[in-house]
Amino acid sequence: MTSAIVSSGLHKSFGSTHALDGLDLDVATGEVHGFLGPNGAGKSTTIRVLLGLLKADAGEVSLLDGDPWRDAAQLHKRLAYVPGDVNLWPNLSGGEVIDLLGRLRGGLDPKKRDDLLQRFDLDPTKKGRAYSKGNRQKVALVAALASDVELLILDEPTSGLDPLMEEVFRQCIEEERHRDRTVLLSSHILSEVEALCDRVSIIRRGKVVESGTLAGLRHLTRTSIQAELSAAPMGLDRLPGVHGLDVEGNRVRCEVDTAQLDGLMKELSEAGIKSLVAQPPTLEELFLRHYEDDGVALEAASR
Amino acid sequence: MKDFAGTATLVRLALRRDRVLLPVWIVVFVAMAAGSAQASIDLYPDVASRVSAASTTNSSPALVSLYGRIFDPTSLGEVSLFKLTAFGALLVALLAAMLVVRHTRTEEEAGRLELLSAGVLGRYAVVTAALIVSGGMVIVLGLLTSLSLIGVGLGVSGSLAFGLVWITAGLAFAGVGAVTAQLTEGARAANGLTAVVLGVSYVLRALGDSAASDGPRWISWLSPIGWSQQIRAYAGDRFWVALLPLALMVILVAAAYRLLSRRDIGAGLLRARPGPATASRWLRSPLALAWRLHRGSLYAWGFGFLLLGFIVGNIASNVEGFVTSDSARKMVEKLGGVEGITDAFLSTEMGMLGLIASAFGIQAALRLRSEETSLRAEPLLATGITRSRWLASHVLMALFGTSVLVLVGGLGSGISSGASLGNMNRQLPRMLAAALVQLPAIWLVTALVVILFGLAPKLVTATWALFATFLLLGQFGPLFNLPDSVMNISP
Repeated sequence: MTSAIVSSGLHKSFGSTHALDGLDLDVATGEVHGFLGPNGAGKSTTIRVLLGLLKADAGEVSLLDGDPWRDAAQLHKRLAYVPGDVNLWPNLSGGEVIDLLGRLRGGLDPKKRDDLLQRFDLDPTKKGRAYSKGNRQKVALVAALASDVELLILDEPTSGLDPLMEEVFRQCIEEERHRDRTVLLSSHILSEVEALCDRVSIIRRGKVVESGTLAGLRHLTRTSIQAELSAAPMGLDRLPGVHGLDVEGNRVRCEVDTAQLDGLMKELSEAGIKSLVAQPPTLEELFLRHYEDDGVALEAASR
Repeated sequence: MKDFAGTATLVRLALRRDRVLLPVWIVVFVAMAAGSAQASIDLYPDVASRVSAASTTNSSPALVSLYGRIFDPTSLGEVSLFKLTAFGALLVALLAAMLVVRHTRTEEEAGRLELLSAGVLGRYAVVTAALIVSGGMVIVLGLLTSLSLIGVGLGVSGSLAFGLVWITAGLAFAGVGAVTAQLTEGARAANGLTAVVLGVSYVLRALGDSAASDGPRWISWLSPIGWSQQIRAYAGDRFWVALLPLALMVILVAAAYRLLSRRDIGAGLLRARPGPATASRWLRSPLALAWRLHRGSLYAWGFGFLLLGFIVGNIASNVEGFVTSDSARKMVEKLGGVEGITDAFLSTEMGMLGLIASAFGIQAALRLRSEETSLRAEPLLATGITRSRWLASHVLMALFGTSVLVLVGGLGSGISSGASLGNMNRQLPRMLAAALVQLPAIWLVTALVVILFGLAPKLVTATWALFATFLLLGQFGPLFNLPDSVMNISP
């Protein structure tokens, strides 16, 4: 498997703030890669380094087998970018911006452009100053998705979109996946990442703290168990890997390290299981686990 | 009263936001007036020297059209400050109007107003607060100017009248700003519209003032700037004339309130038309985009320059009429005849035109910075465009735009002066040449902006301060007897 994006040991400081602190990222060709982190974790900085808009202080980065700082213009013809904060020229219409960005990238598919305009329900004749935040986002999305490129870099692309449009966006990304395009999707909307991404990287304070497939990541976390038993269970608190145990008569609630699930199940079936609900860890829990000691981030993520 | 709820809070917000800007402007204007007066007092110690200076001025159409006429040649105050009367009023008016737009339409366009409007905020609070801030600044500026002029040693009544000249011009144009801010959807367009009104006012005053004594001097009375000037500070102190601009302000503010109560937040009365659904075929390069972004303002400026050129060229034909007294005529003939004085006038005006054109150059080059800070440059640079191509697109537009302006100004003045003097074949190429020699200096100013953008982007708007310095050096440097080395810094 080849990699579309490889970075190792990226450092970038703005004055005294270390935005990137040794960031390693690996995005395989053809995958949809989720890039997760709360506000201020360094997602947008990473993306700007990948686009060659910022020069990293230290570290290696390769994008589509090129150096994004040195070969910016050539590489950019093979990728499309949707910024998180789209600003349009107030006196250009949305349609003009879409065409302009597409042409500067080396052309776009007019049929696909029309199709996307319809699906996103976007009026291309409005002037830039008249669009709402969501509609400005749609302009950038249509321009990116209608381009024939190998790599899509999307920085919180659904911010400002309504749920209906988020669904359209998900379908579009699914289609891109079938065309074997590589997508780097930065987001803090966990359900979106969970639905779309093959692999995710979780970034925290300028470092990737976790990277892998969702299934792989889940294995590292806890499953939550609710059970109703025939008799009151004994000795559950002595089992390794059981957390937050709450026994109320014959009812049991607890969380268990996924690796220790087997032991707990044996104990429970000894007491006789009447009903059992086992929930795999959501991405949210996975995410929160990395931010537990970070009060602000925890609050931001749980919102 | 509920329509005005929240005004006081907004005034405090505006003062907080402009806490550096306002004092700086006030100090600049007060220092300019006091410094200019001080220098002139030393320069013209007795009546005879003042009368001779004033008659030279009044017989120079260039000076009269630019600054206005000296009504009382014996008045120390007027001879000292005539350059700052109408011209200073113009600058104060510009400042006052832009301040109003800054705190109304700019906020509305940026969407910040919506956030505030959701709070307890009366319908008229925003405009009222902007007018209070702008009017308050103008009044403080005027009063401090009066005080400083009294302090320098000029007459009390005249000094108060001079302050009033600036105050009335500022207040009238704060009203203009309040109206234009209701008309357009964008702050840039509102400022542009204000500048047009201001420009027309100044040109009307120039036309009236430079008319021959039996000519249509009443034209000056069509201009709000003319009214302020007609207060005649230090030359009669006609305080009652101040009622005219003040009445205009009241009418304009009332009009602004009426317009405001009829429109939605975010909308203008001049509605934006829908744009094309697809881009035209030529919109496919950074240069094409830059042209698209600059062309609107270039058209407006070009029209202004053509008009200005025509007027300048037209005034040139009257120059002869100014040289009325026998002694002056003899002097002029010695200096190279009427033709010589006409040429001197035209070349002065071309220098002025060049200076104004460099403002376009600065504005166009500053676009680089605003494109960057508004994050609009980012998606462009994420396509197959190198940074240098993007930079070049806006720089080229700045250079091209200033060239067009200078050419158009030269063309206008060449045609009109050629027509009125009856020697088109000679006048047109000469005026074009006189205009084109301004270009290197203009391009130098543009280049300074670009260098600053590269080295210290945060400081790039300081170029306007540089521009103001060049303007003041050109206008007032000789008055202050600045050494030539300082004068030569200015392009």
